[in-house]
Amino acid sequence: MKVIKIDKKHWAGGIEKSRSAYRLFGPVMVENKDFSDFEELNAGEMPDMTATDTRTSPKSICFPPEEVMMEYSTDETRDDCNLMRVPVKDYSPRAVIGIRPYDAAAYLIVKKNFDTPEYRDPYWCDAYAACTFIGLAVNEPSRLDFSTSTNSGPFDESGLDVLLVDMGGHYFAKVITEKGAAYLKAAGWEEAAGDGAEQQIEELKVKAERMIQTTISFDRIKEKSIMELHGADFWDDAAFACINCGTCTYVCPTCWCFDIQDETKGKSGVRIKAWDSCMYPLFTIHTTGHNPRETKVHRVRQRFMHKLKYYMDKYEDGIMCVGCGRCVRSCPVNIDIRRVCQSMNG
Amino acid sequence: MLAYITKIKEISDRLLKEQKVDLIIGFRKGTIPMMNEPCFAKTASDVKNLVWDSNCGINLANYLTNRKEKIGVIAKGCDARNIVTHILENKISREQLVIIGVPCKGMIDRRKVSAASGCEVAEVLEKPDGIVVKGPGVEKTIKKVDVLQDNCAICIHRNPVISDEMVADPVEEQKGVDRYEDVRRVEAMSPEEKWKYFEELLSPCIRCYACRNACPLCYCPTCFVDESKPQWVGKTLDPIDTRTFHFLRAYHCAGRCTDCGSCVRACPMGIDVRAFTKKLEKDALEFFGWEAGMSLNERPTLDTFKPDDPDHLIK
Repeated sequence: MKVIKIDKKHWAGGIEKSRSAYRLFGPVMVENKDFSDFEELNAGEMPDMTATDTRTSPKSICFPPEEVMMEYSTDETRDDCNLMRVPVKDYSPRAVIGIRPYDAAAYLIVKKNFDTPEYRDPYWCDAYAACTFIGLAVNEPSRLDFSTSTNSGPFDESGLDVLLVDMGGHYFAKVITEKGAAYLKAAGWEEAAGDGAEQQIEELKVKAERMIQTTISFDRIKEKSIMELHGADFWDDAAFACINCGTCTYVCPTCWCFDIQDETKGKSGVRIKAWDSCMYPLFTIHTTGHNPRETKVHRVRQRFMHKLKYYMDKYEDGIMCVGCGRCVRSCPVNIDIRRVCQSMNG
Repeated sequence: MLAYITKIKEISDRLLKEQKVDLIIGFRKGTIPMMNEPCFAKTASDVKNLVWDSNCGINLANYLTNRKEKIGVIAKGCDARNIVTHILENKISREQLVIIGVPCKGMIDRRKVSAASGCEVAEVLEKPDGIVVKGPGVEKTIKKVDVLQDNCAICIHRNPVISDEMVADPVEEQKGVDRYEDVRRVEAMSPEEKWKYFEELLSPCIRCYACRNACPLCYCPTCFVDESKPQWVGKTLDPIDTRTFHFLRAYHCAGRCTDCGSCVRACPMGIDVRAFTKKLEKDALEFFGWEAGMSLNERPTLDTFKPDDPDHLIK
């Protein structure tokens, strides 16, 4: 596999050069805050390659908190009155710079939902197809990173087109796909890294993986029946503290649930796809008023059963979690997926 | 404050053993630094897991709403005021509760500690002379007073106003505190400046409702933002909808908010949600001489009418 060397002196110039062919996305510090988030980079704006995990995940690049799916008019003098129109969308190439390897792996999980043989979400799929993921290996994993035990890791290449590795004065850019090679070419980075680069990357990978301090196990969840886990006696205890806000689901890179809303103003309107959360009672309430997930214990159980059991059974590809640790860090009341997973696996 | 836990456990054990309560609501040690998890204790072994330190900022009155059991609840100053409010608003009855009062010297703000340490915090120890923060290659002692939650720094009701058992003698209340310096700063702004200030304040909001759900006052069976027949508020991050949510929620807390800081503590995006509720808290005090949750014997100011109520606010 080819490795390119990018001297940091050529970093800004390359990023700038690539703008002619790509819309750029990357981590930037949020104004007046002590954290960063993924955003489209404005002219002249650089991705913050020193940022630690962004507060919310980069899933928003293809799955924004709200997205117009269709537009309509209720004006009866128009021929297209009450007919849905798909708005013009910009699916020109996007480069996602500095995405964490496990966040890119999360895209592969979300893809299982939005791109199936039966159903294809065109908004997500077209945006995803437009993306080139230029990931940044995590040389020093955070204390909450448990990505090695979720089949991902700080150097995971599975969701990436290029893996950048920070070597101090330069980056090594490991080319993983043709798409990745095309981006590096567009940025003008073409200096071969020479012998030994792959070895150096491998050493850093081993070192980073060794630094990870926290793991989860789910090997026994597979053997347990859904009903056994569903009826287990630890849920009351696990859910007690939960305040049923949507924080965990909104910061999660793999949570994919959404709501569809029509918003009409005057005689024109839009049909919107907006993030939703299984933590909310409104998520499941029926028109009759009956709510099959009436209490917070039901809703907390649903979230963890979906991530750690239903997904595993349906796709036979591990769990619906990449171990980024965002939910653990952001939960206002310290509901910890590692602890719940341990109970389920116990 | 660290000595409290022995007493908390002793009282909890006794209440459970004597069957005075069905459960104790308190905190257990969290899985990450500076976070404790609200929990219930029903057995002696559960009681062993209870903790008390400066990371118990969550307001436990929030966990009492509509419960049917007999409950022993651990209450610091603000929790106790919200318990009073809960009782007055019929969300729990006084007879159901054994209130274990904890005099409080304030809770620490984990974001301030992280900022002061300059590293990813691995461990935080509370010592009599300060907060010891450990991280990769770093060990620092920080004064607790420098990293208090903003609401704790200006708290003037640290001792529970209501309790059945106290875990310690009352602590000294803070005197001469200017509680509304920040509110006055906003009041002095021009309408344009105010608009900009609140717009910037709310711009990071992701509508996760952590502020609302952490708030002991927000117990409506269906919040107005969750109504669907009719739907009053849109679901997106449209600034008008986001503002509508925050402004209305704040007004629903007028004359009820105890400035416990739960909303700010809960917000994953670091929004100072108190900027809304504090203005209303100040107005309740200045117009009606009212501080919420101070007594079971007085109806909340906005529940009642008095002929001499100020009316200059009606224009």
